[in-house]
Amino acid sequence: MGQTLRVTVNGEARTDEVEPRLLLVHYLRETCGLTGTHVGCDTSQCGACTVLLDGAAVKSCNMLALQADGAEITTIEGLAPEGGLHPLQTAFWENHGLQCGYCTPGFIMAAAALLAENHDPSDEEIGRGLEGNLCRCTGYVNIRKAVRAAAQAMREGATAPIGG
Amino acid sequence: MAVTQLIGARVQRREDPRLITGHGRFIEDHTLPGLTHLAVVRSPHPHARILGIDSAAARALPGVLAVFTAADFHKVLSGSMPVTPSFAPEKKYVPERFPIAEREVCFQGEPVAVVVAQDRYLAADAADLVQVTYEPLPAVVDPEVAMSPGSPLVHSDGPDNIGWDMTYAGGDIEAAFGRAEVVVKERILQQRLAPTAMEPRGVMASYSPYDEQLTLWLSSQNPHFIRLFVSGAMGIPESRVRVVSPDVGGGFGSKISPYPEDYLVPAASKLLQRPVRWIETRTESVMTTIHGRGQVFTAEAAALRDGTLLGLRLTQVLDLGAYHGTFGAFQACACLMSGGVYRWEAISARTVGVLTNKVPTDPYRGAGRPEGTHLCERMVDRVADELGMDPAELRRKNFAREFPFQNNFGLTYDSGNYDGTLDRALELSDYQGWRRRQASAREEGRLIGVGLSTWVEICGLGPSAPTAAATGGIALVEAAQIRFLPSGSVAAYVGTHAHGQGHDTTFSQLVAETLGVPLEAVDLRHGDTAEGPSFGYGTYGSRSLAVGGMALYTASQEILAKARKLAAHLLEAAPDDLEFTEGAFTVRGNPQAKKTIQEVALASYGGSLPQGMEQGLEAVSHFDPPNFVWPFGAHVCVVEVDRETGAVEILSYTGVDDCGNVINPMIVEGQVQGGIAQSIAQALFEEVVYDGESGQLLTGTMLDYLVPTMNELPTPKLDRTVTPSPTNALGVKGIGEAGTIAASAAVINAVCDALRPLGIHHVDMPASPDRLWRLMQEAGR
Amino acid sequence: MIPAAFKYSKAGSVREAVAQLREAGPEAKVIAGGQSLIPLLRLRLSQPTHLVDVNGVRELDYVHPEGDVLRVGALTRHSTLARSELVQRHLPLLAEMAAQVGDPQIRARGTLGGVFAHADAAGDYPTLAVMLDATIVTDRRRVAARDFFQHLFTTVLAEDELVCEVVFPMAPGPHRYLKFRRRLYDWAIVGAAVQKLDSGWRVGLTHVGPTAVRAAAVEARLLAGATFQEAAGAAAEELDPPSDVRASADYRRHLARVLTRRALEQAA
Repeated sequence: MGQTLRVTVNGEARTDEVEPRLLLVHYLRETCGLTGTHVGCDTSQCGACTVLLDGAAVKSCNMLALQADGAEITTIEGLAPEGGLHPLQTAFWENHGLQCGYCTPGFIMAAAALLAENHDPSDEEIGRGLEGNLCRCTGYVNIRKAVRAAAQAMREGATAPIGG
Repeated sequence: MAVTQLIGARVQRREDPRLITGHGRFIEDHTLPGLTHLAVVRSPHPHARILGIDSAAARALPGVLAVFTAADFHKVLSGSMPVTPSFAPEKKYVPERFPIAEREVCFQGEPVAVVVAQDRYLAADAADLVQVTYEPLPAVVDPEVAMSPGSPLVHSDGPDNIGWDMTYAGGDIEAAFGRAEVVVKERILQQRLAPTAMEPRGVMASYSPYDEQLTLWLSSQNPHFIRLFVSGAMGIPESRVRVVSPDVGGGFGSKISPYPEDYLVPAASKLLQRPVRWIETRTESVMTTIHGRGQVFTAEAAALRDGTLLGLRLTQVLDLGAYHGTFGAFQACACLMSGGVYRWEAISARTVGVLTNKVPTDPYRGAGRPEGTHLCERMVDRVADELGMDPAELRRKNFAREFPFQNNFGLTYDSGNYDGTLDRALELSDYQGWRRRQASAREEGRLIGVGLSTWVEICGLGPSAPTAAATGGIALVEAAQIRFLPSGSVAAYVGTHAHGQGHDTTFSQLVAETLGVPLEAVDLRHGDTAEGPSFGYGTYGSRSLAVGGMALYTASQEILAKARKLAAHLLEAAPDDLEFTEGAFTVRGNPQAKKTIQEVALASYGGSLPQGMEQGLEAVSHFDPPNFVWPFGAHVCVVEVDRETGAVEILSYTGVDDCGNVINPMIVEGQVQGGIAQSIAQALFEEVVYDGESGQLLTGTMLDYLVPTMNELPTPKLDRTVTPSPTNALGVKGIGEAGTIAASAAVINAVCDALRPLGIHHVDMPASPDRLWRLMQEAGR
Repeated sequence: MIPAAFKYSKAGSVREAVAQLREAGPEAKVIAGGQSLIPLLRLRLSQPTHLVDVNGVRELDYVHPEGDVLRVGALTRHSTLARSELVQRHLPLLAEMAAQVGDPQIRARGTLGGVFAHADAAGDYPTLAVMLDATIVTDRRRVAARDFFQHLFTTVLAEDELVCEVVFPMAPGPHRYLKFRRRLYDWAIVGAAVQKLDSGWRVGLTHVGPTAVRAAAVEARLLAGATFQEAAGAAAEELDPPSDVRASADYRRHLARVLTRRALEQAA
């Protein structure tokens, strides 16, 4: 039943035999052991499973693993070099952009895609960029603040944005 | 308490480094060698008789290890799931609840069978192959129908559908209404809500038959109570059951009570002698995780023409669902809090708990207090409306001002300054400016409304006497343990368990400050019943700081008391001659004679102790609060209603709250922001809808259950006043539920204010565009 | 939730896709972006025996202006349409719609052709196609948009037929798409699209019936010189909108009128 999947995950080239119906999120979590990507719904509303696929934010629970064949995937674990923090991660920490933290990896990955395209998003653009992600704890106030802070830090040259 | 180096500081959270890098450990991130996966076969019917279960096809699927039904579980589970007295001690009908249905299913989603397989994909396949034959029975989903004679029975062997029916009497209600110059009546709905923690529930269990040990990992706000309940049902001594609640991805009340899966997963592990894991899907979550609210109020308020409030008479019809939630009757506290921040001559509140063929309701963020506040604040606005008074003035006229203040039901509000929060909220929101803008907008035919909510909450559960009665025997105190290790590092254990509130940070700040050690020296541990004090009481009801924080504080004081004796011995001084500042004991008048607490800790493991002193420096302390604590505040919401579409836009939102002293203002603000968002979500967006005829859930996914995104919610303007609680040494109250208790009333009062020129005086939640358009259509006729 | 098992093959060309569909039999399905299909698979509301993945059919990812039409390949993703300068120049209403489909993650994967083949009543592009008389090109024929959609989730496509291209007339003039929804990323409760052509206004409505609707009565009134207000009053004529948990049929009719008027006002 298995079919061959070749992907690069956080810089590591992999080849795995997977069942066609295996969702990308389960491949990442269970085959690759990258449990930072979360599942929050069945119908692609919550965005907790967001990862970067060739630089674009996608919902990994709304893709088959085999559809990622040949792609480069970045998960929350691979966003910053080992032991370091991406400006978005720093900004979420400094601005209390998370409470329970379950939605946070998805938000950070969606925001990373947003900031790669738009270095100085307005509040409205941040809202549009993160419309596919739900948070139940923060009321989004500090998420918006964190994204603004990260954008500023990145403009000031802390770290080059992923894919940008 | 003064703001010192750590207390009152915006310390960045210690939880965050793991959570922002993808290294949090949530329930689904846990695995074990040989793990098997469980899927639940659930009833598609709201009410049906089970005629037969054919599991042959499922069992035949390669990789399937077992299919279990009620008959199998009876071998390892006994008793009925717990129901506490809470605020409705006199129950009438309490249906028995075994974690899995045997002969009859009473709500859509009730477990009928479970499948265990080698992987979760196979388990899902096998669950689809279990053939259950049902005979549908009449179902009832509307509580007002269910309480009327002739209603279909929720349980076919029940006497009726009445779970309880009792009246709280607070004063002479007839006399109060007898003096009334104005009486307003309203019917106010509290729709059912799905708590929707972003992390669904999950349970993993490993039973070892050789030493009869059970370890249970689950996403819970309340691990010790789960240990108590599950050990009892499985007949395993409590000491041989370990419950671990790891990082919890939100709870909001939905992870307090025990669920069927909390029993079925460990029972399956015992039956199979393999580790078993079950992870809830979102679809299961909306259908089978407890719902909140679900109440219908009818209320009348009596007042004098000058705005003096006299009496409030109300009935709460509470939709219980098919079984009593373990703490479901807590929601009856809406009655006890229906008087809000005001002086009333009398309040009479009847609560009727009604069974329906739906998933049970149970505490959801605020649990009875948002409902009580919403009711009270709507009725006060209705009185102001009737009298043509400014709602701020009417509120001010009736505020309780002398503290402690005893409300109509004998509850004692510890401290308050309701004028202070209202004044500040009116100022911060530019209330007068909005009133002017509203007047000119009305001239243009635009519908702008301004709404207030002056709220108070009962929290910090709780004093032992009332809470022991309410749980059926276990007083909701809190326990903490603090251990100084020889190296001077501190392990602090507490029986609460955070699920986003940042306790690792707040409690570490508190302990470090109290013991005078660096923040980095404190390791805060919670959520594992194998560690710390023998019992913990969980996180809910905005209790963790006021009760759990206090337990840590009192344990720290015990440590300091012993350390002082030892330091005096080491410094050859009398204990009373020592001063303790910045983590060190010094002899008064001789600052050179000094021992840091960490030096004392090392010495406590040594050989030269004072006579009679045992080695070690550790303490266990229970804190039993003398009263509940009573946070309060004032919120102001400004909305504009689109006259054509009924769409509501929030133009401005302001909240001024008072939770006493604050340990970490950053976290307090975050709690308020999130609480307001959840309450705005109730006011404008969310509703669990069942089809009245078929009893089928119509909002079963996040596509239809409308949790708002960033784009639908405002950035509130926030401020605080500080009125410490006089009932605990820290002067703290609670803040976790404040925003949720406050906001729905402010939003709906604003919507009603906007629609007042059209002759509309009340709007139910959610104030959806469709609903508002319909009201405007009817008003226009 | 977990999809039921299926077989899976990748097609590199239209010919391969059709051959694979044919071989896999009547219960096979095409997967492109999968943004609507995968939730259905996970809920097991759809249980195909075989999925033919057409994401590798690069020949269908294009935007070609040609004469007075804009040919858009079926595999063009929403995010590409939203950003495409060619689309913005020749049919800006399509770009406006594309930018409002779902959320950024969904727009990064979902495709134009997928929306046509899926035929959700709340789909946005079908409204544009129907109101502008677009043509849907499959591997074997050309079908007028008004004939393509038959009912909810139902089109004229044969089981082994692949949407390859949609041919829209160019329309650079005034336009607007208003999508009424509770949350920014929701499907439209009702949508109204207007486009000014040399010949007059075209008006289309989303989610007011089982398929997209061209509001011919509104167009006729406008042509006869009615005001936007008067013309929009005809938007709900002959509609049979659904009543569901989001909105009642009455309210949808009302929204059709209001949104049509507002779209006309904003476009003009």
